[in-house]
Amino acid sequence: MTTSTSTLKRARGSRGAPRESRLSRSAAMVIMGAFTLYFLLPIWWLLVSSTKTLGNFNSTFSLWFTPSSLTDIGNNVVKLFTYNEGVFPRWMLNSIVYATVAGGLGTILAAMCGYALSKYQFRGRELIFNTVLGGVLVPATALALPLFLIFSQVQLTNTFWAVFLPSLVSPFGVYLSRIYAASSVPDEIIEAARIDGSGEIRTFFTVAVRLMSPALVTIFLFQFVSIWNNFFLPLVMLRDQTLFPVTLGLYTWNSQVSQIPDIRTLVIVGALVSIVPLLVAFLSLQRFWRNGLGAGGLK
Amino acid sequence: MALKYIRVAAVATAAMLALAGCSAGGSSDSSSAAASDCAASTGKVDLSFTTWVPGMDKVVDIWNKANPNIQVTVSTVPNGNSGTYQNFFTQLKAGNAPDIGQVEYDTLPAFRVQDGLANIAACDGVQAAKADFSDGLWNQVTFGEDNSVYAIPQDSGPMALYYRKDLFEKNNIPVPTTWDEYAADAVKIKALGAQITNFPKGDVNWFAGLVSQAGGQWFSTADGSWNVNLTSDASTKVANYWQGLLDKQLVSTIPGFTDQWNNAYDTGADWTWVSAVWGANTISSGAPSTSGDWAVAPMPQWGTSAATSGAWGGSSSVVFKGSKHPAEAAKFLLWLNTSTEALTALNTEANLFPASSTGATLPALSEGVPFYGNQKIYQLFSDQAKVISPFTWGPTMTQTYSDVSDGFAAAIGGSGTLLDALNSGQTKTIAALKAQSIPVK
Repeated sequence: MTTSTSTLKRARGSRGAPRESRLSRSAAMVIMGAFTLYFLLPIWWLLVSSTKTLGNFNSTFSLWFTPSSLTDIGNNVVKLFTYNEGVFPRWMLNSIVYATVAGGLGTILAAMCGYALSKYQFRGRELIFNTVLGGVLVPATALALPLFLIFSQVQLTNTFWAVFLPSLVSPFGVYLSRIYAASSVPDEIIEAARIDGSGEIRTFFTVAVRLMSPALVTIFLFQFVSIWNNFFLPLVMLRDQTLFPVTLGLYTWNSQVSQIPDIRTLVIVGALVSIVPLLVAFLSLQRFWRNGLGAGGLK
Repeated sequence: MALKYIRVAAVATAAMLALAGCSAGGSSDSSSAAASDCAASTGKVDLSFTTWVPGMDKVVDIWNKANPNIQVTVSTVPNGNSGTYQNFFTQLKAGNAPDIGQVEYDTLPAFRVQDGLANIAACDGVQAAKADFSDGLWNQVTFGEDNSVYAIPQDSGPMALYYRKDLFEKNNIPVPTTWDEYAADAVKIKALGAQITNFPKGDVNWFAGLVSQAGGQWFSTADGSWNVNLTSDASTKVANYWQGLLDKQLVSTIPGFTDQWNNAYDTGADWTWVSAVWGANTISSGAPSTSGDWAVAPMPQWGTSAATSGAWGGSSSVVFKGSKHPAEAAKFLLWLNTSTEALTALNTEANLFPASSTGATLPALSEGVPFYGNQKIYQLFSDQAKVISPFTWGPTMTQTYSDVSDGFAAAIGGSGTLLDALNSGQTKTIAALKAQSIPVK
């Protein structure tokens, strides 16, 4: 209790402290503004370009709309969703399944693993943890080819599983879960649950998961984004277009631009549509995320 | 980095196979044994076919309906250099490559050297198909070996001169028929504030087409080993010619196929493009406001001897080693690449310009094209296809392209010349061949 009030006091104190000089504040604003612009400009370009026909795309100013933008974007989107017997919605669906299902399961696996590493004493615990940590350092791209050769042995290349199974694994998630479980799940609570007769698995799902939920949201978001953006693994594993995630699908279209130039518009509109689920995931989950970070700080 | 890894892995196997591969005349026993082994399978056969030709599934549907016993499943993937070639190499190593794949002419030797292609010479009708293709193209798929056919040509890229007819006429500039005239026109066009064309540093295969037109060769094989010659007389002549245009700033130096490049053509800043038949769609989509203003003429010539042309791009269809049904695959490929039915469909779906001479008679290819003032441009390209100078590709073209392209970029930036770029490309290519244990002189 005393610690928490003093933290609050300190927090309030800093707000009342003498303000930074106008110069340094405006310098900070300018720098932040420049970076915001830097990050948003490509998205703005994407949005504007999506509203153009191929002719207008080449001939009009690339950062502003044309008079026919409203009708053109409608036509572009309709064309995108119907081209080649609606293969684009199929890719979106694939990406959503890969990212949510594998991301969700991967998060649970990572949480269980991190929780176990943090709460149970057993021989080789640090060795396992360090090995997992080592996994963080290995880029996923470098694993794609060995994975392909392994999946070839069990005849699983060019299947749903070829992308789904490797996406379940998240060494970083294990790391984060362990750290978070150590600080946010008190041993006393687990003790109490055991005394009340709760089994280990039940304790994990009913008690630990709730306490760890902010970390789980973070892990899920990271997993979701990395699976959504994963490109090299599907490129190596898949050749059946109906299994493609949207990244690989758009890449395939983009490589056909020289043969079918009209497809360029579809690639641009497709890129715009493909970031929508990411935006939705971030905006809807960041609330939990922020709450969680705050809760940790007030302990 | 990962892509490099596959290359290294593939190279390890290549080292073993290099001696058996690609030697003109010195064909080994294993390849003639494979050639005699083309027995038909019994029962229903399923073939997998990996390609990046858009709309190929619709073309194959026609085949599947007519051939219930040979069913082909199409996979449409990114184009070869965007990862699919590397995938093919990995799949060959893992033993699960598709039965049939698409490979561009300049990459066929790489697959041959690594022993990835099945010899389908003994399959029904394959040898007879020779009559359907020009000698130059057929040589690309046989590597000049006896009793060997490793691919069936699909589309080809004969080159010609696209030019802004309206601007040439308005300014009373004659359409160039020789490279000397072309350079003279370049000066006149420069005086009008525009440029005659663009020199794309990244399109080394385009440059190779120009060298081929001039009668040059970059690669040849003799007595089982490769000879690399990026700086032959013809090659040097072409490099010095373009260096001259660059020095006088008579040509622009925009990277090809970019928006800026489209814009240069759309606004009339560049007046001509020496390009392949498929470039017709590139211009019409990239420079839509110039519709009706363009025309096509044969490539400018170097001398007064017989007119020649070059080729840029084009693909063949191969049967990969390890396919259990080479006979059926070959039967399908002959239909796909030589029948009027399939070639018409390929032209409608993907704008493919057929390699086969049957394809030259397609009704769609004898019509006038509105974008080119209703000129019958495809007839002209068919004629040009007959005079393409044969060109031999090397087994490491990706590396050669990238090294020469680096040199071109430096030359455009003012350090060194195009000829220097070829010289350094020569050295690096020989080093790359040696690194893969491919015999080289």
